[in-house]
Amino acid sequence: MELLGIGILTWITFLPIIGMVAVLIVPKENQSAVKWLPLAITGVQVVLAAMIFFNFDKGMTGINTLEGMQFVEKATWIDIKGVPWFGRIVVEYFMGIDGLSVSMVLLTALICFIAVIASWNIDKSLKGYMAMLLLLDTGMMGVFVALDFFLFYVFWEVMLLPMYFLIGVWGGPRREYAAIKFFLYTLLGSVLILLAIIALYFSVTVLDPSTGEKMYTFNMLAMMDPANFEPGSLLAGVGTQWRYIAYIALFIGFAIKVPIFPFHTWLPDAHVEAPTAISVILAGVLLKMGTYGILRISFPIFPDAANYFVVPLAILALINIVYGALCAMAQKDLKKLIAYSSVSHMGVVLLGMAAMNTQGMVGAVFQMFNHGTITAMLFLIVGVLYDRAHTREIDAFGGLAITMPKYTGIMTVAFFAALGLPGLSGFISEAFSFLGAFQTHRVITILSTSGIVLTAAYMLWALQRIFLGQPNEKWAGLPDINGRELSALVPLAVIVIVLGVYPGLMIDVLTSSLNHLVEVVKTGAPMALVP
Amino acid sequence: MVEQLLHSLSRFLPETTLTVAVCLTVLVSLFGGRKSQATLFVALAGLALATWFSFEQIGTSESIFSGMVSVDPFSVFFKLLVGLSAILIVLFSLYSSEVQSTLHRAGEYSALLLMMTLGMFLMAGASSLLMMVLAIELTSLSSYILAGYTREASDSSEASLKYIIYGAVSTGVMLYGISILYGLTGATDFSGINRALTDESVNSVALLVSIIMILVGFGYKISAVPFHFWTPDVYEGAPITITAFLSVASKAAGFALMMRFFKVSFIDVNAIGLPAGVWTSLQGFEWHKIVAILSVLTMTLGNLVAVWQNNLKRLLAYSSIAHAGYMLMGVVVLSDKGLAAILIYFVVYLFMNLGAFYVVMLVANKTGSEDIDSYKGLGHRSPLVSVAMVIFFISLAGLPPTAGFIGKLFLFAALLDAKWVWLAVVGALNSVVSLYYYVRVVRNMFLRDPEGNAEPILFSTPQLAIVMLLLLPTLVFGLFYAPIVELANASVVMFGVR
Repeated sequence: MELLGIGILTWITFLPIIGMVAVLIVPKENQSAVKWLPLAITGVQVVLAAMIFFNFDKGMTGINTLEGMQFVEKATWIDIKGVPWFGRIVVEYFMGIDGLSVSMVLLTALICFIAVIASWNIDKSLKGYMAMLLLLDTGMMGVFVALDFFLFYVFWEVMLLPMYFLIGVWGGPRREYAAIKFFLYTLLGSVLILLAIIALYFSVTVLDPSTGEKMYTFNMLAMMDPANFEPGSLLAGVGTQWRYIAYIALFIGFAIKVPIFPFHTWLPDAHVEAPTAISVILAGVLLKMGTYGILRISFPIFPDAANYFVVPLAILALINIVYGALCAMAQKDLKKLIAYSSVSHMGVVLLGMAAMNTQGMVGAVFQMFNHGTITAMLFLIVGVLYDRAHTREIDAFGGLAITMPKYTGIMTVAFFAALGLPGLSGFISEAFSFLGAFQTHRVITILSTSGIVLTAAYMLWALQRIFLGQPNEKWAGLPDINGRELSALVPLAVIVIVLGVYPGLMIDVLTSSLNHLVEVVKTGAPMALVP
Repeated sequence: MVEQLLHSLSRFLPETTLTVAVCLTVLVSLFGGRKSQATLFVALAGLALATWFSFEQIGTSESIFSGMVSVDPFSVFFKLLVGLSAILIVLFSLYSSEVQSTLHRAGEYSALLLMMTLGMFLMAGASSLLMMVLAIELTSLSSYILAGYTREASDSSEASLKYIIYGAVSTGVMLYGISILYGLTGATDFSGINRALTDESVNSVALLVSIIMILVGFGYKISAVPFHFWTPDVYEGAPITITAFLSVASKAAGFALMMRFFKVSFIDVNAIGLPAGVWTSLQGFEWHKIVAILSVLTMTLGNLVAVWQNNLKRLLAYSSIAHAGYMLMGVVVLSDKGLAAILIYFVVYLFMNLGAFYVVMLVANKTGSEDIDSYKGLGHRSPLVSVAMVIFFISLAGLPPTAGFIGKLFLFAALLDAKWVWLAVVGALNSVVSLYYYVRVVRNMFLRDPEGNAEPILFSTPQLAIVMLLLLPTLVFGLFYAPIVELANASVVMFGVR
């Protein structure tokens, strides 16, 4: 699919960059242009994402075949001719999506659009803020559409700097600490990913279709084919020590982004200090990149290691679910509570992945999407309250349902979605994840379900303390939620309800790709290794 | 004999040009106006011409002056690198308040800068022990004086003195090592040493001792730990232009000499069964393991100490030590891949490091301070230059999409290809540490508000043009790096080695 001769994935990825340049050119005094321009750009992005979503062929599998990928764009980006001691280097501008990434593309476009709406009330150099936000948008979108490992890594890293500035300049009181912690943690993960990429690069060769010459490649799909591994290279073979090490290096890199216990400590700081819209992006999209990376890269390229480490993965999922929920319960700060609830909910994604069957995987990816929308709502809601009361302490409130009825309504939807009430989207994806995992890891899944109870507990308890009980005199004059805030929240609430009632809309898109992914992971490892 | 000499001279054109330029600057400063920039322009012209002549030498590969100097792709690459950075340094000098306030001595400044460049050109080509020592000495002696160029500042004189003492000691140790090596092999040219070592085995302990002593000399030149102690003081005390020159060109020349010395002297040219571009050392002599230790020490110490620096020149000094450590990793792997990775890194490093130093210079011109605290709120006072600085720093830290990432990528690639996984991991972790101190400066520029004076700082158009001149390659080579990789791949060829 092309627009003006340029592929739609290129458009959707680089449109924000055009927007960034435009925002930087606009004079500082023209505040309305600085507000409307990013909104228009991200709005167009949502339209493009919707076009992709509705033109998406649900039957095509993707994952490890070029034929199964859709909206493919392939061009040579860098071509360095070979010398006797260093083969030809080809880096491709290679983009494409399948069932795994299409939901993430949609989510990214949606969340960025909503983040722009939520950012309109920023007063401190809005121009720089919007420019950074748009750059971040490109980085995130690129990660989800790139199929060349080099391209993927560039996008992966491009996000770091804007995120650092967005937290560091526009964040809360401890913003400097939170920003640098986020930056260093993520970079630590990325360098490990980089080393794994290089090791893979030197292990995989393909034949140049035109000359028949053997060449190394960054092509992710080529790396998924065990036949392409050069015998004797570092990562050749099945179940070797180096393959496990490379898998762990990749896993740590992705785990920091998810974040998986014990790499989660940057998350509460970053989420709490970031401005509302950035918390929304962090929780809504950034966290998904970690699990997306594991599903897109680690699992199909290292099926042997994925099977070998499946029980540890399930145990980490259990820890994430239960530990995250317990931490959330102990929080006095509403934003921190929601930050920890993310840790818990991402644990469900991991558990679904660890199931290694279609139900679990579909649950995991669907949960990624749902968590994106639900947590975005939660952070927006906290932002609304904080803008009015300038505190987020849960115990400081009480009886708000009387003064802010509309707000209470929308918050109830979000909270119930987060705790997995049937009829809302969170329930479906959690149920699928647990169902899938129950077949593979019975005990761990049973223990994990305690997380559901804990989640209900902290969510309802927080709801009760804020909205019910005696109204606090201090907050009697708080205005109810306004139109701009509602326009950010209502679309998300609609999605949550629609997907809760009719989940097939999303699940149908995911199924064939994830079915294939499960197959690839199962057959990629010799039977002896499969537990 | 005469014919050979004449032929050699014709291949010696870049060096001759520089010598003539040195004489010209002296004459111009004698007879020209005392307070003019004329000598700087003469130097600029001389450097441009010498760089052009080096450019014309691309493709030649021969040995001149009976094996004293090699003119081969490898030496031409480094001559271009040194020439380019010298040109940039002269351009910097046109806008440096330190140089402009002492214009009556601009003649000696230009002459010494040219002599230093000449020394580095010779270092790039030197292929015998004698030439090696002479070239190092020529470079060092000129840089001692230039380091103390601002006589009025006491730290400048201190820097110069420290530099001389360290330089004298390390050259002495190196000479001692050279004499042992000569005693063992009976040869002064690198290929002669190689032949001698191929033919008969020598006392391995003596060889080891002599190599370690020679490494002291190289280590001093490239400021590798533990021979780095002069670096922070000299970098802080010297004029910023000279600091920048030392950090790039002097290091490049030191690396060039070191790589040639080790590759030509100690590589087994008759080894069979190795993949293309991979070498093995003679007599199982594992000097590269010493270099591996040196590399780990250098990058780790450089990065860890840089974290504590509050003076930006000192910070960049330690960061340049760390970068030398990264580049040493390329020597460890004993392959053309490693060598090419170092060359790539140097091209990238030239732009990003000179860029960072240039911004420091511009800011110091205006604020009179190189302290990190004086950068508070700079992002609001001078957005364009601050953004440029962020990009230089991000590149130094090795993040895509900047050129610094490409440098690191190829270094790590060479290491992993040779299965030096632990060293690659150490290097990668080090780049995480380095991010912290670079970001400290970025934090002050953008996250903090200006203290006291918050007036915008304005720079002239040519000054900004030089920033852009350095910024563009830093960004463009990050996304389209084929040219530098192809240049480096073509430039690893040394005369006399397969």
